[in-house]
This record gives sequence, structure tokens and C-alpha cells, in this order.
Amino acid sequence: MESPALQALARRCERLLGTEAVISDPVRLRTYDCDGLTTHRATPGLVVLPESAEQIAAIVRACAEAGIPYVARGSGTGLSGGALPRTDGVLIVTSRMRRILEIDIANRRAVVEPGVINLDVSRAARPYGYYFAPDPSSQQICSVGGNVAENSGGAHCLKYGFTAHHVLACEIVTPDGEITELAAGGPGYDLLGVFVGAEGTLGITTKITVRLTRLPETVQTLLAAFGSIEAGGTAVSAIIGAGMVPAAIEMMDALSIEAAEAAVDCGYPPGAGAVLIVELDGPAAEVEHQFGEVERLCREAGAFEIRVAADDAERALIWKGRKSAFAAVGRISPAYLVQDGVIPRTSLPGVLAGIDALSAESGVRVANVFHAGDGNLHPLVLFDDAEHGAAERAEEVSGKILDLCIEHGGSITGEHGVGVDKSRYMPRMFTETDLDTMQMVRCGFDPAGLCNPGKVFPTPRLCGEVPGFRKGVHPLVEQGKAEQF
Amino acid sequence: MAAEGGAKARDALDALTKVCGDVRPGEPEEGVLGVVPGVVAAPATSAEAAEVMRTAAELGLAVVPRGAETRLDWGAPPARCDVLVDTARLDQVVEHAAGDLVVTAEAGLDTGRLAEVLAERGQRLALDAPLPGSTVGGTIATAAAGPLRLLYGTPRDLVIGLTVIRADGRVARSGGKVVKNVAGYDLGRLFSGSYGTLGLIVEATFRLHPIPAAQAYITCDLTDATRAYEAVQAVLHSPAVPSAVEVVSSSQDGLTLGVLLEGVPEGVAARTEQVSALLGAAGTQVRTAQEPPEWWGAYPDGTTLIDVTAPPSALATLLEHRTEGVSLSWSAAGHGYLGLTPEADPAGTLARVREDLGGRHNGAAVVRYTPEAVRNEIDLWGPVPAFSLMRRVKEQFDPENRLSPGRFVGGL
Repeated sequence: MESPALQALARRCERLLGTEAVISDPVRLRTYDCDGLTTHRATPGLVVLPESAEQIAAIVRACAEAGIPYVARGSGTGLSGGALPRTDGVLIVTSRMRRILEIDIANRRAVVEPGVINLDVSRAARPYGYYFAPDPSSQQICSVGGNVAENSGGAHCLKYGFTAHHVLACEIVTPDGEITELAAGGPGYDLLGVFVGAEGTLGITTKITVRLTRLPETVQTLLAAFGSIEAGGTAVSAIIGAGMVPAAIEMMDALSIEAAEAAVDCGYPPGAGAVLIVELDGPAAEVEHQFGEVERLCREAGAFEIRVAADDAERALIWKGRKSAFAAVGRISPAYLVQDGVIPRTSLPGVLAGIDALSAESGVRVANVFHAGDGNLHPLVLFDDAEHGAAERAEEVSGKILDLCIEHGGSITGEHGVGVDKSRYMPRMFTETDLDTMQMVRCGFDPAGLCNPGKVFPTPRLCGEVPGFRKGVHPLVEQGKAEQF
Repeated sequence: MAAEGGAKARDALDALTKVCGDVRPGEPEEGVLGVVPGVVAAPATSAEAAEVMRTAAELGLAVVPRGAETRLDWGAPPARCDVLVDTARLDQVVEHAAGDLVVTAEAGLDTGRLAEVLAERGQRLALDAPLPGSTVGGTIATAAAGPLRLLYGTPRDLVIGLTVIRADGRVARSGGKVVKNVAGYDLGRLFSGSYGTLGLIVEATFRLHPIPAAQAYITCDLTDATRAYEAVQAVLHSPAVPSAVEVVSSSQDGLTLGVLLEGVPEGVAARTEQVSALLGAAGTQVRTAQEPPEWWGAYPDGTTLIDVTAPPSALATLLEHRTEGVSLSWSAAGHGYLGLTPEADPAGTLARVREDLGGRHNGAAVVRYTPEAVRNEIDLWGPVPAFSLMRRVKEQFDPENRLSPGRFVGGL
């Protein structure tokens, strides 16, 4: 920490938070140098561990006065580098803000601090017959504050929606260092709606009111094995086409099954070109009827084996392979990239054929795991990081997969976020005007651009400018310090 | 002053006629809460709409969008209305991707017509239309929803892509046509309920749901507020997963509860028994029908409409405000309406409701419409948390304050 401004800030933070909540030792700082996206690293200039909204507000005010950028971080499980620190800035870690403040069953909601672990909300609500529906695969360790920033999804968001649908209000610290509340449905603009999923670029959430969902009366899960991905895809289309909204529909291809078998011995049917996991939940009478339909449609589409979970233990076994898929790929490849593209569900066959062609052409293996119900693909691009140029080739294939998704009318990210990882792909999906318009919101919240800068957008917008009617060149552009659209 | 205004209107008419095929002077009866537009322009395409907006920007004209006029009298009157942009000709279903459960429609499309198109493929946009004839754009701009909000939410939850024309006439999109998408800021949610103050909505993409094979409306009359509250809680916490739970009251005494169940016929039958048993336990007569009762999803009667957002338990508090001339409808989602006749002392009732809701439930009460005399003596919006952020966002989107100026909170 060589910058005098950061040193001064460190002393100020020590006064505000106590020395034990401020980390400036280089070795300890390095433990915070990345989030779940380990290919991007930056040792933060300073780490602070606040315990209250007032402390965060004070830190943000101090940063604003000193012109120092800051990044908020929950559990650091994000997969797009949204919590990548700044070497010249402060990392505000919310892991000490872990209190569940209220479980209000009459109103089906809970109030939690941002560092509370996702699954802990459900654990606290379960005795009353409720849970917190967003279930990212990292739910055992990821924080609700992080879920808010990333608008996290999960396997069950096909039916239950994303974090945005389950957050009723957020207390936030604005980039001005003020504490305010954003709520859904109140008077004025739906700022909450744009804050959730803004990847921490509009402020820091310090208290979250989440919706709790009634635990379903029944859950039914089946695993269906198909000879090919195409056959599995046909089954998915048939299920959706029949007017059902399952809680989850997940698919894995042969390569990802192989990896899962090697890692967790999940015992999926041998010889499967694809497995489909379909879960229905809800009132028993509904689920019973629809479940029979799902079985029938899977068989019609060519399923050669169907396993129905008889109890929670068997259900866990079915999910085990799927849930371990990402990590399992480590067993069959020294390194891999996780992609997160989305396509209209009906484009699945064309896009998978395209991915196959890309793989064959480049010699780069791609394992496919996806939330088939909503067209969210997680291709795992495999490579050997010891081999010269392999990482670059994998990165290229990964980028071309995103191009495929965009060509088919999809998105570059379904749930992992843009972060630093994908900001360069944003112009492929959006025009300059689209991005400029989104950044008007950012300019409204954070005109100084200190709150998690460098994320989401490839080029920052100059906030002082009046949109559309620019007269002359901005001084920063003239000095070569900034670019303008 | 009048001559100056006339000259401005003539200039606007001339300039807009060059870029839009349907432009004419505004008529007195087209006033937005009494503010007569100088010019009415009805673009036929998004491109034409963009030209209208660009021309308005060049001439510094204030623009107010109009759909089917079902909620044009909501909010405050615009400070100025040089151009009324009528979206009536933007009425196409752009794409119904039935296999993907997604539809893209133009802003001026009648939501009823949209429902017909979707129904041909067994699908629906899971939003009620409390005011028939309302448009896609107007529904989003006013965040309008009905009883289905309990299970499916409001426009903010169902819009997955939005195309708007900015104040400067540029076209901006956010979201896309896939349901699962976290690329960039979600302007669809920001524009939901923005009353035309941030830009002109020209096209929206929605997530759809299958039309359920069966439905049942279970209703019962309840004698008092405590019973009503308990009945709502019982249904809400049951595993029956109702699509809607509504309470209505049209006078001081009568209270009716309605529950909508949707699903497969076997499921709906079983759940109907479940819910009927829950309600019947309170000793009341329970009715079941496949069609909605006539009050379903309608705004309560009255010349003043107050829109309430509060936690579900606020029902008990709201019921205390039932006096002569006050009707109520309440969704267990935590949202309701009070309809007031002039005799019900709208200003006084509003003040009391706000005090109770704010103090006991962290709730809000916004007046949607009311007679001019009442409007002049009350604050339509009530306290607005985070208003300074809202003002700054507005200044970014509309730096010259020309988009529905003054229609929204705090004069935005």
C-alpha cells in the first residue's frame, strides 16, 4: 500500500472500525485477490470488515472525499469477477454482517444483513414451512448481498424466478455515503428493480427484505437417460409444450456425465448420451398428475431408463452428479472455463450443433451442462493450462459460444453476471446507445464512478455530459484520459 | 402568450408533419387532466416514433405519451404538453415465440387483443387488465396489475426486454428475448411505473405462462375484520398455492374473500376441497365457481382511488378505515386499493391511512385519481424514500425536463 491517500484512508478506517477490522498487511490482502473467477486477480489496496450500515456509509464517504474507488464483496463466490478488487481501492467485505434480523411469517418475509448465507435464510424459515427460493449452486456459502448484486438464479428459477423476484426492499448506502431504502411497489421509480442485478455498481446493500416461499407440499424428481442430447432436447420441448412449468429441468451431456462419474460416482445410467433431471413441486394432486405426464413424454422422446426418486435421499443422489458437475470437470481436464450463455429454448439443437462444430474445428473439448428449461447453457471449455496457447484457444472457443448465443437471440449471461469477465462482450449484445442509456442510471447514482468501477460496461460514460446534445469535446477526452461514444 | 403558444404549436405541427404520417392539432377534449396538447402525433412505427422524439428534442417540446387513455387521468397533470404521442398505431404483435413462452409486442397494442393472440397457442401474459382496453405500453408505464400479482407479480416481474425512445430521439433497448438474462441493467423494471417521465416505451418483450387447464374461484362472505384477516392468513400459509387471494368490501359491513386456484383439473378439484375446508372451518358458507365473481379484479368504486402497498398483515389496519363511502380491495400479495366517494372525506381518509400504514407497517398510499379540488389540497404521492436518487436518474434521462413533466412524484 504505497499510495499516501490509501494510507490516510486506512488510518481513518481504523478509527472508524477499530484496527482489527482493517487489513493492510500485504500477505493478508492477497487472500482477497479474486472471487470465484480465479483467472482475474488484483490485490486490494485495503480491506475493511464493517459491522453496520453506518460504518459502511462512513467508509464510502471517506472514499468519496479521497476519490478512492471501492468494491463490495460478500462471500466472494461470484463467477464473473464482479467482486474483483482494485489495487488502488478499498474492498468492503460484508462477511461480519451475518444477522438474520427478522423472520416474519405472517407477511412471508425475512429481513437479513447482506453477509447472511443464502441457505441460512432457508434454514431459519424451514421450521415455519417456508424457504428462500433463489438457489444458486453456491448457496451453502454465497451471501444474500451477493445474490442481490448479481440477481442470482439457480436450478429452480425456471419456476420461481430470480433474486429480483424475491427481494422486497433493500437498505443501501448510496455512493454519496447516505443510507436510504429502495422498496418495490412504493411511490416513485422502481430503483430497487434496477439496483438488484446491477453488480454492485450502484451502491452497497446493507439490509435486505426477502420474500419467503411456502415449502411445496410435494417434490417429485426423476432422472431420464437418453441416447443423445437431441432426444433429451425433444423431451424438454415436449414437457414445456404440454403447458407444464417444472421446478427445474437440467441436462448433462456424455462428457459432463463422465466427469461427474469420475468425481462423485453418481451412478447415472451407463451409455447415456444425455441425462435429464426433471423436478416438479407443488400441491400433491397437481404434481402427481403432471409427473406421470413427464414420464410419458420422456419415454416418447426415447428415454431408455427413468429413475424416480422415492425419497429425499434418492433425490439427493440424482442431483449429486449435476451439482458436482463444474468441480468434477477438474477430474477430466487440468483446467476449464465455465460459460453462461442463454438461448431461446427452441434454438437448443442448432446451438448445440454449433458448439460441437466449434469443438471439432478447434480441437478444444466442451462439456455441456445446462438449465434446459430456460435455455441457460453452462458449456465447460476444457484445456490444459500447462500447454502453451491452450488457454487462449479455450478463451476463443468460449467467446465464439457466446456469439452463437447472441446470433440465436440469446444473452451472454444468464446468472453469472457480466463483471470484468464479459464487459468486452457487451457491445456484441447491445448498441452504444443501449449501454449509454444503462449508464445514465449509473450516472444518477454514482456520478464520480467510484462504486465498483470497471465492471459491467466496457467503457465508462462521462456523467457530466447531457445525453445526445454534446457540444464540443469533453476535456477528459481531449487529454486522452477517457473515451466517448 | 396565447399567440406565442399558437406559433409554437404551428412550428411543432410543421416539423412533426415532415417526420410522421399522422399529425394534427390537439383537441380540447384530449387534454391530459385538462392540459390540452398542442399537437397529437401518432407514429406508425418505432422508427417514426424516434423521429417524433428527435424533432421534439430539437424544438424543445414537452412530450406526453398516450395509449388507450384508461389511466391518462392518473397522476398529476403535466406542466406542459406540446406533443401528445399517441401509440394507437403501434399495435403489432412483433413475435410470439410460443415454444419459448415469450412474446414481443408494440406499445399501443390492446392487452385484450394480445391475450387473444396468445390464447390461440394456449398461453397468456399472467397480468390482469383491471381496465379493459389498456395497452401494453400503458400497463408498463403505470405498473398495472390485478389479483394474479400474488403468484406472478407485476409488469416488473414479467417484462424481459424493453425498447424505448429516449428524450433525444435515440432508440435504446435493455434485456432481450430470453427469460434468464442478467446482462446489463434491467431498464424494464426501472420503466415499470415511470409514467412516461423517462422515455417513450415503444416495444416490450414478456415472459409468458401456459393457460391453466382448470380454474376455480372460491368465495365466502365474512362478518368481521378479524375473521377476514385470519381467513387470508390460513389460505396464504396453506400448501394450496393460490394464484390470487382477494378481499373486497363495498360498505362498512360486507366483506368477501375470493381465492383463485389454477392447475390441472384433478389438482384444482383436490385443492378446492382443501381451501373450502379451511374457510368453512370458520363457519361460513363457501361458494365455488369456474368463472370469476363480477367484482373480481375491478378497482373499487369511487371518484378517488388510493393505491396501497404494505405487508399482507396491513389488511387488518386497512379494514379499520372502512367508513361510509369507502370501498376496498386487497390482494394478499400486499397491495390494495381504496375507492372513495366525495362524501368519504378523501383528504382526511388519505391522511389517516398514511399515518397508520407508515407508522405500523412501513407501507405507502398513493392517490391514482381524484377530483381536481381534492388534488389541489393533497400530496398525491406521500413520502418518497430515495427521492434524491430518483431526481438524479430523471435528470440523466430527461435533462431538459420535457418528458411528461410534472406528472410524477415530487414534480418529476
